[in-house]
Amino acid sequence: MTAWLLPLILIVVKSVALIVVLLLFVAYYLYADRKIWAAVQLRRGPNVVGPWGLWQSFADLIKFALKEPIVPDGANKLVFLLAPCVTAMLALSAWAVIPVTEGVAIANINVGILYIFAISSLSVYGIIMGGWASNSKYPFLAALRSAAQMVSYEVSIGFVIITVLLCAGSLNLADIVHAQDTRFGLLGWYWLPLFPMLVVFFVSAMAETNRPPFDLVEAESELVAGFMVEYSATPYMLFMLGEYVAIVTMCAMMAILFCGGWLSPIPFPPFTWIPGIVWFILKVTFFFFMIGMVKALVPRYRYDQLMRLGWKVFLPISLFYVVLVAGVLQATGWGAGMALRP
Amino acid sequence: MTGLLADYLPLIVFIGVALFIATALLVVPFLVAFKSPDPEKLSAYECGFNAFDDARMKFDVRFYLVAILFIIFDLEVAFLFPWAITFGDLGWFGFWSMMVFLGVLTVGFVYEWRKGALEWD
Repeated sequence: MTAWLLPLILIVVKSVALIVVLLLFVAYYLYADRKIWAAVQLRRGPNVVGPWGLWQSFADLIKFALKEPIVPDGANKLVFLLAPCVTAMLALSAWAVIPVTEGVAIANINVGILYIFAISSLSVYGIIMGGWASNSKYPFLAALRSAAQMVSYEVSIGFVIITVLLCAGSLNLADIVHAQDTRFGLLGWYWLPLFPMLVVFFVSAMAETNRPPFDLVEAESELVAGFMVEYSATPYMLFMLGEYVAIVTMCAMMAILFCGGWLSPIPFPPFTWIPGIVWFILKVTFFFFMIGMVKALVPRYRYDQLMRLGWKVFLPISLFYVVLVAGVLQATGWGAGMALRP
Repeated sequence: MTGLLADYLPLIVFIGVALFIATALLVVPFLVAFKSPDPEKLSAYECGFNAFDDARMKFDVRFYLVAILFIIFDLEVAFLFPWAITFGDLGWFGFWSMMVFLGVLTVGFVYEWRKGALEWD
């Protein structure tokens, strides 16, 4: 009995610790996102709660928790409340397999990347459930749009992941990072040979998580607030939380697949003395900053442009790149996992 | 069996913890927040007037088409995963087999493009 109980408690403690740290980071990423957006528009952004507004996210949390929760009369009550719960749960679950540094992941499973792919596919259910259960026109239309948008860009993301897998030869996220561990450091990572795929992944990640400029679901001018119109208090907050956690997950994926995860960009001391987790956080923050800047700089797409970009531009490019990468690896005899090794 | 369990148990526990946190956050305002429901507050949102008819209305068939296309290409990606992992051991036969498969799918893709299945106007 105790032989089982002790490891189980350890797993629970580790899981809770990771989620708490993750949520703290998300709180400050959210704050950073607002500050970046404000700075680009020459505003101050949140600056009232605490020094420089640093407690803003926590004030928001308390505000959400104390607001009146509204469940519309016409709604399917169970599904209506299940939807935000499912969205937040799925967004958080992806972090179970993400290696934050050498050997540190809650579950170091062999099919890590397949798991993340599956979880991010499932997240469309949260939106469909929320939109359908609201029993109101705007959420319904927004949920349809969102589902079509998410599945369209998922196809491109799938092909991009295949190109990385061809080079790395493993579905295990830690092994993918190890495959990028060469004596060339920064230049041995996959962003260099697979640069077009990094761009496709970056843009698709924004479309997949309904970020501006692809936030057609929440296009204020057309669909008020998309599938979240009928939500208030923490059910609404869980949707927002799920969205931001999903964005941070996508940033972590970009760091792991293309930028060597926890590896130091310059592969000799003193840079290798810095703990891997610091590099990992720096990389994730860099990608989050890029996504924040895109939100501030790029105008929103129109729906037909969005679908054209997904199906007629990204899909052919990524399909072609899969064939190209496979051809080059086969012709040069590098094979899976051998590319770029010293 | 224990190896498999050791790999996947943390995953289930983690999902459980995530579900618990999400549920806890969901329940809080129902317990602590002030509530005063009235019919206007609880009716569906509709720019200032009562809803005309059922919200679960007919919608464009193109959403259905996108779903079908998604299934085709996502299945294709699913087939590519094991191929990409074992790529180094397969040799030229494995390479050309998959190229033929991708070629067939490209023909299908070109067909649906020419048919206008990807148009949104």
